[in-house]
Order: sequence, then C-alpha cells, then structure tokens
Amino acid sequence: MNLTAVRAIYRFEMARARRTLLQSVVSPVLSTSLYFVVFGGAIGSRISEIQGISYGAFIVPGLIMLMLLTQSVSNASFAIFFPKFSGTIYELLSAPISHFEIVLGYVGAAATKSIILGLLILATASLFVPLQIAHPLWMLLFLVLTAMTFSLLGFIIGIWADNFEKLQLVPLLVITPLTFLGGTFYSIDMLPPIWQTLTLANPVVYLVSGFRWSFFGISDVSLVASLGMILLFLGLCLAIVAWIFRTGYRIRP
Amino acid sequence: MNDSLTVTQQSRATSAPSDVAPAIVSVTNLTKTYASGHQALKPIDLEIRRGEIFALLGPNGAGKTTLISIICGLVNPSGGTVLADGHDIVRDYRAARERIGLVPQELTSDAFESVWNTVSFSRGLFGKPADPAHIERVLKDLALWDKRNDKLITLSGGMKRRVLIAKALSHEPRILFLDEPTAGVDVELRRDMWNVVRRLREAGVTIILTTHYIEEAEEMADRIGVINKGEIILVREKRELMRQLGRKQMTLQLQQPLAAIPASLADYPLELAEDGLELVYSYDSQQQQTGITGLLNAVSATGIEVKDLHTRQSSLEDIFVNLVKERQ
Ligand SMILES: Nc1ncnc2c1ncn2[C@@H]1O[C@H](COP(=O)(O)OP(=O)(O)O)[C@@H](O)[C@H]1O
Ligand SMILES: [Mg+2]
Repeated sequence: MNLTAVRAIYRFEMARARRTLLQSVVSPVLSTSLYFVVFGGAIGSRISEIQGISYGAFIVPGLIMLMLLTQSVSNASFAIFFPKFSGTIYELLSAPISHFEIVLGYVGAAATKSIILGLLILATASLFVPLQIAHPLWMLLFLVLTAMTFSLLGFIIGIWADNFEKLQLVPLLVITPLTFLGGTFYSIDMLPPIWQTLTLANPVVYLVSGFRWSFFGISDVSLVASLGMILLFLGLCLAIVAWIFRTGYRIRP
Repeated sequence: MNDSLTVTQQSRATSAPSDVAPAIVSVTNLTKTYASGHQALKPIDLEIRRGEIFALLGPNGAGKTTLISIICGLVNPSGGTVLADGHDIVRDYRAARERIGLVPQELTSDAFESVWNTVSFSRGLFGKPADPAHIERVLKDLALWDKRNDKLITLSGGMKRRVLIAKALSHEPRILFLDEPTAGVDVELRRDMWNVVRRLREAGVTIILTTHYIEEAEEMADRIGVINKGEIILVREKRELMRQLGRKQMTLQLQQPLAAIPASLADYPLELAEDGLELVYSYDSQQQQTGITGLLNAVSATGIEVKDLHTRQSSLEDIFVNLVKERQ
C-alpha cells in the first residue's frame, strides 16, 4: 500500500478546499441556513407538527442529506474531472499507485469535506431550531456511509463526463429532484397512496428516512431497509469504479 | 605488442557494449491499436541500455508518444511486454513506475498550486518520503528557486515546462522520459535542460527523449532509434550512423551559369543548382577514392571557371529524410 501517495492526494484535495473556503464551505452552509430561517421560523410555525416533531426540526435531517448528496457528488466529480480536463491526470496514471489508492485519496477527501459540511450545517441548524439526536452513532454512520457512497458516485460522474455541462447535469437533473422528492420536506405517508408506492423506488427516500430516524426515532421505512439500500448503492458504485479502472474507460486509452 | 593488444580489447569493449550492459528498458513485441481502430504501433522490439541517452526520432504521428505512454502507464498496451529495470510494467507496475520519471509533451499544470507544492506533491505521489533538500536542489538546477512560491498560472510557458521537468525529477527516477522536450522552448531553457540532462547522465540516469528536431538527437544522444508509422526502422549508435550513412557534398560555385551539365562531366554524380551557378557533387567520404581530383581536373579541362568551393557533411536530417523516403 502506497500510503504516502494516498496522503499526498488527500492533502492536495483538502488544500484545494481550504483555498476555496468561501465556495466550498461558507456558501453551502449559508444557503442551507436560509431554509431553516424560512421553514423553521417564518413558515414552519404555521405548519402543524409531523409525528410530534415541529416542522422546522423535521426538515433538518433531510436538508443535511440534500447538502451531503449534492456536495459529495460535486466535490468528487470535479476533483477527478479537472485533472482529466487539464491533462495533469498523466501524473496520477504514471505513479506507482493502485486504482484503489487513487479512489481512496479522492473519495476520502471529498467525503471528508461533505462530512465536515454536514456537521457544520447541523451545528447551524441547532441555532435556529431545537434539536435532539436520539441515536448519535447511527447518525454518524449514516453521515459517513452516505458521504462515501455519493463521493464515489461523483467520482464516476467525473470520469464519465467529457465536458462541463455533463459534469453539472447529473447533480442538477438527478440528485436534486430525487432529494426533493425523497421526503426531505414531508413524510411520505402524507402523499396519496399511489405516490407512496412510487416513491419507494427512490433510493434517497431510504437515506433520508434512516437519517431522520437517528434524530427522532421516527422513519418512513424500516432501518434495515435504509441501511440495506445504502450498502447496496455503495456496492454498486464500487463495482462501477472497479470496472472503470479495469477497462481504462475514459482515462487510459 | 602487449600494449596494442590491450588497446584493441578496450576499444572492442567500448564499441560493442550491447553485448555487455543489460537493458534497463526492454520492449518485446509491443503493439497498440487504439479504440478507433488505428494501429499506432506495429510489433516493436527495443532495448534501452543502462545509463545511455537514447533519442527516438520520427515524424509527427509516428507513434513516439504512444510508445512512451505505454511504458509510463498512461496507455494500455494491446500486446507484448515491457520490462523496466527487470519489472513488468503491467504485472509489477509499482516497482516499474517507481523508477520512471516522465516529462509529457503537452504543457499541463494545476493552475492555482504553487511551484513548491506541485513538485512536492509529485514526490509524495511516487511514494517517496518528503525531502525538502532534494526539492530545493531540483528547483535550483532548473532556475525555479525564485519562483517557488508563485502560482503556476502566473508562469510563462517555458517556466511551466521547467516545472514539469522538476516534477519528473522530484522522486529521483532511474529512467527519465522526455517527450519532445524542446518543442517551442527558448534557447536559455534548452541550454539549462541539456545541462540538467548531462548531469543526470553522469549520475547514472538513463534518458530517453523523443524529438523530431534532428539537431537535438545529433547533439545529445548516444544512440538513435528511428520510428516511422509505428515501426522502429533503425537503431544505431549515433556516431556509427553518422559515419555509415554520412555522405559528403562538395559545392562548386561558378563564375558563369551553366545551362546543362557538360557531357565531359557526365561520369560524375553531379547536380546543377542555383540557376546553373552551382555544381553539387555527392561522394562517400569513407571511400579510398573520392573522385575529387578527377572531377576538378575535368572541370578545369572543360573550361569552367570556379569562383569558390566548399564541402558539407550530410546531417542526421538528410539521413533521416532518406530513410523515411526509402520506406515509402
Ligand atoms: N488516444 C488516441 N486515440 C486514437 N488514436 C490516437 C490516440 N493517440 C494517438 N493516436 C494516433 O496514433 C498515432 C501516433 O500518435 P503519437 O504516438 O502521438 O505520435 P507522435 O508522438 O510520434 O507524434 C497518430 O496517428 C495519432 O493520431
Ligand atoms: Mg508525440
């Protein structure tokens, strides 16, 4: 294991985030906080409680998930897209490192960034709405697994994308709608029955539900289903990444 | 008697090191067909000797970058094997790549990184523990020391090329690939670069460079390989190549223009140039009889007045052009 190399990639990526602190940390934290102000304070007080939880608090796990998914995907996709685009990837490909180590460096850094971001948003949220966390360890587990999985997805998108439009298209057209329709702002049993069934095909539902359970002990789907879904998704992403490196898809002609 | 014997033995040993020195890079039956269906490399066999400067010469699109890219791990081979210092570049890629440094043909850089960081990053990527003293030496050798805190985006093209060289040297490679190192660089950088290359060679580093500038190969290389359309068509000691294929030309500048080559000179391989004001005679300088005396006598007997005369050794460029022409 070339740990020195993994550390070099990881540090390089973390330094990039520090350089762009405003864009990579301040801006997502600020924009998420706006949701808390609007829904937690202004409108939230006029919406009735959901399963005994104030609306402002109810949406916090979903909003953290929303940020976690979009930031993980965009961080990791950009991190690998850019060297590919600028040509500096030559160095990565010529270095004595395994594919696993490359992924570990990039995905590790992207996941770290979104975990930090998630915790910052959580801290910010607690300033606006009263929060309790019923199962903190589960909360962390969901946070870490989700950040890792979606950073992997971002890595895949970054390799697949051959221009900037494609790089931004997936988060915009897939991740954001799935998250908004995935029970971030509502409990799925508030939906008409047909939608309740359809919505179960949305993987984000399981993530939000499991994450929310770790806060309030309430969930739309069972904990096992939530955990199973995220592990399934993680496995799928790993398989795709393995295939990418085995075939050299879009990186090694 | 004894002395002369020793001398012969020594000279034999130095003139045929191919039997002695083991190859540091050995390429066997290597082929590459890109996904587009284009066959960039026909089966290639090539041995690079330890410690030499090897120039791979060939026109654009010949397959130089493809060959280097495969050895360095940027491109997957379609067939064949490559050993770098005895390590298979696919099965034993870690050991192989550790020994290799690459300066790519294209100028690429992480725009917002500083020189120091990007070069240190390269060392880490190759698994070497941090060594600020080594990085400092490399940056000083390449006249980058004053720029160490500058962001790459603020550097000129020539400076960026220096940074790429520094990155390749950051992990102390035993084999250094330079892909078209002097394409579009200024005289100063060329000079600095060759100084660095010479020093590396003295330290035992093997250097493989590609170029389509023949003067570069002529100036620097110990051996030259010529590649054309994905085939290595020749590998030779530079000196031997120059000697074997080197032809000389003698140019006679005339007082009066000639309309045609006079019949009395028909026996000589002559060409008329410069609107009939120059007679160019090609001959083999290795031959006992160069035919120069005979020609000059015939010229003066014909009554042609010669204003000036000079000879020229044909360059690698001429050799190269002839080789490629012959193949077509
Ligand atoms: N990624 C690629 N896909 C398809 N064809 C390629 C690729 N890279 C190079 N080629 C083709 O392979 C041939 C050799 O290219 P290259 O190795 O770059 O030559 P050189 O470095 O000698 O100029 C060229 O015809 C080039 O167009
Ligand atoms: Mg080339």
